[in-house]
Amino acid sequence: MQYACLLYFDPTVVFNGSPEGEAVLRDTGRFDTELKASGVKVAGHALQLPQSAMTVKVRDGAMSATDGPFMEAKEMLGGIIIIEARDLNDAARIAAGIPYARVGAVEIRPLVDYSKPRPKL
Amino acid sequence: MSGIEAREALAITYRTEGRRALATLIRLLGGFDAAEEALQDAMVVAVEQWPRDGVPENPYSWLVSTGRHKAVDRWRRQSRTEAAIVDVAALATAPAEPECPDPVEDDELRLIFMCCHPELAPDARIALTLREVGGLTTEEIARAYLVSAPTIAQRIVRAKAKIREGAIAYEIPGQAELPGRLDSVLQVIYLIFNEGYLATEGPTLTREELCVEALRLGRLVVELLDDSEAQGLLALMLLHQARVAGRRDEEGNLILLEDQDRTHWDRAMIAEADALLDRAMAHRRVGPCVLQAAIVALHAHAPSFDRTDWPQIVALYDVLIRLDQSPVVALNRAIALGMRDGFAEGLKSIQALMQNGALRDYHLAHAARADMLRKLGRSEEARASYLRALELTRQPAERRFLQGRVALLTPARRVMS
Repeated sequence: MQYACLLYFDPTVVFNGSPEGEAVLRDTGRFDTELKASGVKVAGHALQLPQSAMTVKVRDGAMSATDGPFMEAKEMLGGIIIIEARDLNDAARIAAGIPYARVGAVEIRPLVDYSKPRPKL
Repeated sequence: MSGIEAREALAITYRTEGRRALATLIRLLGGFDAAEEALQDAMVVAVEQWPRDGVPENPYSWLVSTGRHKAVDRWRRQSRTEAAIVDVAALATAPAEPECPDPVEDDELRLIFMCCHPELAPDARIALTLREVGGLTTEEIARAYLVSAPTIAQRIVRAKAKIREGAIAYEIPGQAELPGRLDSVLQVIYLIFNEGYLATEGPTLTREELCVEALRLGRLVVELLDDSEAQGLLALMLLHQARVAGRRDEEGNLILLEDQDRTHWDRAMIAEADALLDRAMAHRRVGPCVLQAAIVALHAHAPSFDRTDWPQIVALYDVLIRLDQSPVVALNRAIALGMRDGFAEGLKSIQALMQNGALRDYHLAHAARADMLRKLGRSEEARASYLRALELTRQPAERRFLQGRVALLTPARRVMS
């Protein structure tokens, strides 16, 4: 089964030159190599800071665009890794190895299996 | 071998050999996480190699040695301190098969005892056993128990944290501790079985899988330990499972034991249970599982409900009640008493039990009382008792059954057109 790991963290903690932040950045490369070597990683990307982002909406056929995701919280979505795991606990074990989990949080989301019925809410 | 065949072989191997390999890797690598990581690494190599080279002759040994090498590689890459390198070196040169007389079986037993440790919450024991020993996924366990996957995942994470924090050792308990610890294991297995056997809600297939898994775990413990209660539990589960086909009609309605078609019972399973009971009876320790299995075996061998050996069943309940003072056991004894000494005696006995509280709101107690009253021809009181039972259960099959009984006892009224 495939799971998306959404990496949330406070960029001012990671990119402030502190030993903690530097360690996360250094370990990320190694973790990525390990993940690829173990055959677990399906895809993964790091996201630029929210300053470079914009948000688009379409209402009544008209598009509106605004700057960045406006966040109340300090933590931002900073990266996405898609992994192949046996189950949710296996995904949690793998996600716990992501260096950003040490300074932020990793949300684990199972990908939709289109062979299963859609949720009814 | 085609790619698909190899993949299927791999999936089957994971459920059986993979679990055993995990049990050994936990011992060799000193923890769940490292063992799971190593097993997963080994499976990745297997996915690559097996379709090409065929499944190895001994998949268990292959998975253990490949997994261990992968763990050593990983630690070598990660280790920065001298101390860690020394540890890795020691691990890398450790003999492939330690000198234990029977390491594989010992490891499986260690894993079961750890997963069922009394220090863990009861819910956690079940989830951990199903996942780590049974090889079910978190999502499968969640579906079977009708709870969300994150709920089960958190139970497992918490239990593993507790194990890691050192409260629970990876070992087979010593003689002094063994009976108590084994009781906890047997309890977990029986809870898993009951969940599959008794529940009427939820996807049937997953439910059946719980029964199959409980039987597999029961067989595993019987193979690994010569214990009368383990044998008794397996016999008990087999005796229930043997009669599962007679329990419901095609629409899923309950059929009472007295109305079941006994030719539908699985005689081979009953014979297997008989053999286990013989073995269990040869021990000095006769516990509640053996006694319950002996009672159910008498039902399984009776030619009909009326020609059941009720005196023997009451006698077994008399012994059981001394070991297990649960009100449900007392209720079952009272029902058997009614069959032996007449319904009036049965009713008296059931009513006496219901006075002391624990059974007052138990729907099966009211249903049993109603049954005795019905057989005594006291229809009006019987109807009232069935109605009370109906108020106390939400289980659809039981409700349908009780509604049927109420309808039978309701005097026919003029039909409105």
